[in-house]
Amino acid sequence: MKIIRYILLALFAAAIIVPMLVVIFTTFKSTAEVFSNIMGLPSSWSIENYVSIFVEQPMAKYFMNSVIVTLFSVSITLILASFIAYSVTRMFGWIGVVIFSLFTIGMMVPAQVNMIPLYQLVFDLGLTNSLLGLILVNTAVTLPVAVFILSGFMKSLPKSLFEAATIDGANEWKMYYKIALPLSVPSLAATAIFLFVMHWNDLLYPLLFITNNDYKTLPLALLEFQGEYATNYPLLFTGVLIASAPMIIAYIFLQRYFIAGITAGSVKG
Amino acid sequence: MHFKKNKVLFLFLLPGLILYSIFFIVPSLNAIIYSFTDWDGLSPDFNVVGFENYIQIITNDSIFFKAFTNNLKFMLFVLIFQTGFSLLFAMFLIKNTRTNVFLRALYFFPTILSSVSVAFIWTFIYDPNIGILNTVLSSLNLEFLQQSWLGDQNIAIYSVAVTQVWFHTGQMLIIFVAGLQAIPEDLYEVADIEGANRWQRFRHVTWPMIAPSATIVMAYTTIQSFKAFDLIFAMTRGGPNYSTEILATLIYSTAFRSFEFGYASAQSVIFMIVIAIITVAQFRILRASRVQE
Repeated sequence: MKIIRYILLALFAAAIIVPMLVVIFTTFKSTAEVFSNIMGLPSSWSIENYVSIFVEQPMAKYFMNSVIVTLFSVSITLILASFIAYSVTRMFGWIGVVIFSLFTIGMMVPAQVNMIPLYQLVFDLGLTNSLLGLILVNTAVTLPVAVFILSGFMKSLPKSLFEAATIDGANEWKMYYKIALPLSVPSLAATAIFLFVMHWNDLLYPLLFITNNDYKTLPLALLEFQGEYATNYPLLFTGVLIASAPMIIAYIFLQRYFIAGITAGSVKG
Repeated sequence: MHFKKNKVLFLFLLPGLILYSIFFIVPSLNAIIYSFTDWDGLSPDFNVVGFENYIQIITNDSIFFKAFTNNLKFMLFVLIFQTGFSLLFAMFLIKNTRTNVFLRALYFFPTILSSVSVAFIWTFIYDPNIGILNTVLSSLNLEFLQQSWLGDQNIAIYSVAVTQVWFHTGQMLIIFVAGLQAIPEDLYEVADIEGANRWQRFRHVTWPMIAPSATIVMAYTTIQSFKAFDLIFAMTRGGPNYSTEILATLIYSTAFRSFEFGYASAQSVIFMIVIAIITVAQFRILRASRVQE
């Protein structure tokens, strides 16, 4: 019984480790070597693929675009969502409930439903081929899940805290800034990580709105490499590693928070 | 009487509400309006055609039907294996030992990758000539099992589904571990005193106690796999011969390859209705099964 358990655990571990190692090794091989030696170590650890992907492609530009879109989308979503979460939990009567439902219902709508009108809207606003367009759409699309996670947390804060503050004469802004915000730091962090992974990896909206190389983000750029390099796995995987590196490095150091963050997103989303 | 208080709070949510309305609510409602037109997305004019698009989809669109069937195949495969594996591995890794914490983190790892990256890694695994899978099979003298994993119409959808399971099992496992760890130890002690065997322990203690986690995992897995787009788009573009076409990829290509915005909108509205039905049905079924325990 025990032995079956170990075998299964080892097999699943291998199913993750082996492909990842092969991907890393492949980035140091030439295309010819991939055909002759698929799984093994590279014969020489040449960084030629890393050099050539930066030379042949505006890789640095793609990278910066992803950084800008992700940072702005995450921060704006967090700020707006924490405002919304605060006010819907503090609102009296049915208005708060209606507004809260308006946001949470958005979690049910698949991206393919509003994709066509969104494309049209972004086009009409002249925001195709712009990072601003991506940031605005990203923010609107992830507000529902962010509001859901954050208001779940804010509802759990003891009401007496706010009552005491009211007696002390604090206004709503002070209560938000001095009470709700500091106390919700852990759930803000969890939400931030969830949003980070989502925006960094998003493909659909760049695919819809961006055609100009100057504004492509990494996932879209990778997808285009696939067409260009077809079966040039060394170059493709170099792109994959460069695009994934920030997430992988952050994950190694902040595992616990990543797991908590993405799990919160999936439980609520 | 609390109107004044609400008024201040309303200012708090105004910026978010405006952005959300412009870039989410209005476009979602517009999708419904477009679905009653024959708009091609390019020309300025279009005709209102009433329910014509819907009638066409339901009575005379074999590719839509095929995509829907593929959605169901993909979803069922992922639901069974992702829930099964994540529960099994969660039970193996329930204790917080160093090894277990490490393995949980390792299994979770694919979740942080982009679907495009995962798609490329698995395209390489499945490559018929130099792929890892066929290479491993041949080194094990199992050549007869070698396949063109993504090129064979009969298996391509399951090959992609395996990738999806690899991608997200670790995420579901974490939810199960949390559920399992919340089960009080004395319930198992009672079960042991009553002489319950392994299966009875699972059936009468573990399963009822983790029903809430199972509800979350199954609901999330179903919706996530039904909405899958990136992975399939990057691995197969819906081919070969529509064998991996699902509704999400079909709607995309109807809109942005064939430029039938009106028709694609009608497809997307049906897609949303199906998702709503699945969600509601699933919560009903799972709630009912919990009451029976």
